[in-house]
Amino acid sequence: MNDQSMTPEERAANLKGMGCSRKRVEDVRFTQGKGNYVDDIKMDGMLFGDFVRSPYAHARVVSVNKEAALALPGVVAVLTAEDLAPLGLHWMPTLAGDKQMVLADGKVLFQGQEVAYVVAEDRYIAADAVDLVEVEYEELPVLTDPFEALKSDVVLREDLEGQTEGAHGPRKHHNHIFTWEVGDKDGTEAVLGGAEVVAEEMVYYHRTHPCPLETCGCVASMDKVTGKLTLYGTFQAPHAIRTVVSLISGLAEHNIRVISPDIGGGFGNKVGAYPGYVCSVVASIVTGKPVKWIEDRMENLMSTAFARDYWMHGKIAATKEGKITGLWCHTTADHGGFDACADPTKFPAGFMNICTGSYDIPTAYLAVDGVYTNKAPGGVAYRCSFRVTEAAYFIERMIEVLAIKLNMDAAELRRINFIRADQFPYQSALGWEYDSGDYHTAWDKALKAVGYEDLRKEQAQRVEDFKAGKTRKLLGIGLTHFTEIVGAGPVKNCDILGLGMFDSCEIRIHPTGSAIARLGTISQGQGHATTFAQIIASEIGLPADDITLEEGDTDTAPYGLGTYGSRSTPVAGAATAMAARKIRAKAQMIAAYLLEVHDDDVEWDVDRFAVKGAPERFKTMKEIAFAAYNQAIPGLEPGLEAVSYYDPPNMTYPFGAYICVMEIDVDTGEWEIRQFYALDDCGTRINPMIIEGQVHGGVTEALAIAMGQEIAYDEMGNVKTGTLMDFFIPTAWETPNYTTDHTVTPSPHHPIGAKGVGESPNVGGVPAFSNAVHDAFRPFGLVQSHMPHDHWRIWKIANGLGLHG
Amino acid sequence: MIPAGFEYHRPTDTASAISILQEHGDDARVIAGGHSLIPMMKLRMADLAHVIDLQDIQEMKGIEIGADSVTLGAMVTQHELITHDGLAAAVPIIREAALQIADPQVRYMGTVGGNVANGDPGNDMPGLMQCLDASFELVGPDGTRTVAARDFYEAAYFTAREDEEILTRIMIPVPAAETGQAYEKQKRKIGDYATAAAAVMVGGGSASVAMTNLADTPVWSEEASAALAGGDVEGCVAAMLDAIDPVADNRGPVEFKKHVAAVMLRRAIARAMSRAG
Repeated sequence: MNDQSMTPEERAANLKGMGCSRKRVEDVRFTQGKGNYVDDIKMDGMLFGDFVRSPYAHARVVSVNKEAALALPGVVAVLTAEDLAPLGLHWMPTLAGDKQMVLADGKVLFQGQEVAYVVAEDRYIAADAVDLVEVEYEELPVLTDPFEALKSDVVLREDLEGQTEGAHGPRKHHNHIFTWEVGDKDGTEAVLGGAEVVAEEMVYYHRTHPCPLETCGCVASMDKVTGKLTLYGTFQAPHAIRTVVSLISGLAEHNIRVISPDIGGGFGNKVGAYPGYVCSVVASIVTGKPVKWIEDRMENLMSTAFARDYWMHGKIAATKEGKITGLWCHTTADHGGFDACADPTKFPAGFMNICTGSYDIPTAYLAVDGVYTNKAPGGVAYRCSFRVTEAAYFIERMIEVLAIKLNMDAAELRRINFIRADQFPYQSALGWEYDSGDYHTAWDKALKAVGYEDLRKEQAQRVEDFKAGKTRKLLGIGLTHFTEIVGAGPVKNCDILGLGMFDSCEIRIHPTGSAIARLGTISQGQGHATTFAQIIASEIGLPADDITLEEGDTDTAPYGLGTYGSRSTPVAGAATAMAARKIRAKAQMIAAYLLEVHDDDVEWDVDRFAVKGAPERFKTMKEIAFAAYNQAIPGLEPGLEAVSYYDPPNMTYPFGAYICVMEIDVDTGEWEIRQFYALDDCGTRINPMIIEGQVHGGVTEALAIAMGQEIAYDEMGNVKTGTLMDFFIPTAWETPNYTTDHTVTPSPHHPIGAKGVGESPNVGGVPAFSNAVHDAFRPFGLVQSHMPHDHWRIWKIANGLGLHG
Repeated sequence: MIPAGFEYHRPTDTASAISILQEHGDDARVIAGGHSLIPMMKLRMADLAHVIDLQDIQEMKGIEIGADSVTLGAMVTQHELITHDGLAAAVPIIREAALQIADPQVRYMGTVGGNVANGDPGNDMPGLMQCLDASFELVGPDGTRTVAARDFYEAAYFTAREDEEILTRIMIPVPAAETGQAYEKQKRKIGDYATAAAAVMVGGGSASVAMTNLADTPVWSEEASAALAGGDVEGCVAAMLDAIDPVADNRGPVEFKKHVAAVMLRRAIARAMSRAG
């Protein structure tokens, strides 16, 4: 087979490799209703679990009476903390070094907390039995405000009483969890003290929730004959779940198989371990039958992993000309009843210390105090790397606040403070090494694309018209330049429960030149089966269409830490390229043998190795693959497979420039997005169509968060937004059109230069929307107002500024 | 979100439905589109042993357009209200309001009878029916009676309908040709109840004004209507602001709702006036 009829470009195009907007191979089954989600799993004799949950936010559990529930035909068991205690499973470790009740052990700490677990033969019987469990509560004083909690005599975590040392250092108060400090405190305070200009604000990023389309759930199936437990579930990190289940259950890890089937969105909600998993595993071990547990929507919103809830007090110092000289931030972090944040172990506030953003700030200091309150535990990275959206929102608000203080244009203030392209790799004042960037180019491109100067003129005219009574609508221009930190991460400083955050890929080339690749990650909609095949296609010259991707089965996939924090492409994507390169290296030796030349005398050419200087003499990868299985090649083992475990040398630092143009009705608080421009630089672009889809989805979630989505509590600790009537999920109607754009600054340390993109649009989108609201009212004196910017809160801004006459 | 067990009945005529209601009393409820009752059952806030589905009762379906009056069967869906051209010609405000209820999927199932009979202050049709001076036909064990929409609502979820009665038909006088009509609604998102909504008819020296979700019942104000009939827009708004009694919830505090109520009402008046002949 010496076909030379196609040009190298044509051969490359046939591979559908990197840079190709290849259609998502997953969508064939999803669009035909043929996906296989955890609730689709049906097994013989399967039982169903359901929770009795606390109606109170803080109460003592005086008694639990199971009698009536157990008397209901079809009820198999009712588990309480008392039943789990002999197994040591009434509490479980959290990812943040704390522990969490699996079932209420004497008291409850948030509304919706799991009190008892009912197991029944039928989903309906389980629900009926939940109603029959009689729980007597004695209400306790409720703390929903973290500042109050730090002053209150009320002890939330009685189990920790007297413990002055937590997982992350000293505890200052019985409701205090940790203090985390980064940077130069004295130096920053000295800069603030001597600065020409200091702007100070409290920036609150409210509590919200990832709210994936599919809620959390699992099916636990213990085979008493083989002693093997199979656990199907909505897990974003199946291997880590296997290890956690082994550690807390005492089952040997080889006897546990964790399978994540198709997952209907995760966004961080499905990273942690939940009581439902533990109870289902226990119930299956006890009964010897499969046990299914699936959350409903209200349970998902009330009890599994919230996001944000950061009170960020900031001070920013600058010269009169606007050159920033220092940044100070003290964050009060509301973690709810248990510290179940999903962060790398050494980072109890995630990567909040990326809060110097895109700016060259010489001196900075960050302190974060974690606090217990009577709210649900969590604190996950909702479509962002660990606390990066909080950091980006903080700095992008502080820049706007400083611009107001300086009476400067906020675009220009950003421009004069950006880290310059020639400063990379850049050491930030809070300890990161930014790998690459070209912020000025991206910024200028963005401003030009939206016609920034004209927009400002239009806005000025609008203000005049408003004052003259000609219009009741204001125009806001929301600017954001964000820098993400993703791809956790280097094993030297990133681990979860002691597991280094590397990732993996194993590739097996079949004799006929097709392949299967397995990864330690798990797609929840990101399109891994599409994009990772493209990486392999470009690296080894086999068509992406001939490569199967498989993830999520711990019995077959190599160990990895899973998919969240935009880490799949930076870490597992790198492992994929490295495994492919191992295969290509062996293929080179096979090709040289077949062509009867020295290894160094062949060179790679898209999908083949050719003899240097004689391109008509070559072996395609397809030919090489077959030879690997049918030739006895001296010095080479048969077969063509490779595995790579990739420990990244650094994080990647995607960045972008987002601009939102918003119309606001001052009388009703209603808003309309007139234009949204999103420029992303995620380094090398594997599949432009998937990137665009990620940006559309992420900006839409950002719109939701900024403009209405929240988990709100009343003073009794009742969740006020527990259904989708009140919890804002935009429909097509509320979602604007987006303009996407890009620059390409490849990561210098990543094998293919890719940086990750899934979470950039949320990180950049939230401040862009919020800044647009603030910007509309800036001419009337607004400095800072808290999200979410729903109708009544926008109306209140206008009302407070005297715009209602 | 799993309802307790219940028995499902599907009668084919009104009399049968009433006899099932009589037989089971408090344990039974009729179900039309189900968009209010089923969520309540799933939340176990409504625990019913018997659910009587009205969808096979032909006599409760259909739209009749007369010269002076329009009659809507209680089981007419919001979708049917929107797509009926004769209705749109006779009483255009109904299509305008129905298009602002929920979303297309809900409107395929949700019925006008269920919307007016449930007594939920968030529903759009009760205020609209008061504005239009509609009346409701109630059929019970003792026969048939008619109650004006303006007299029907007593408090949230409490109406003039007796437990063993079924609301079967809605009669609407066709507004005079010169009447301008408008329905204005502010909501947080598609699918939401109104933060505030206003139904306005004006023209030919008469007017009628009603508002939604600003008290525990729909609010039709005789005084506001009279002021508008006399051309006094500010008097109309002031009278309506006196009549409403909003409460704070996730849509906002009372002062905001009152402000928005006035804005919605003024906008509806302006649009209705622009349409008046």
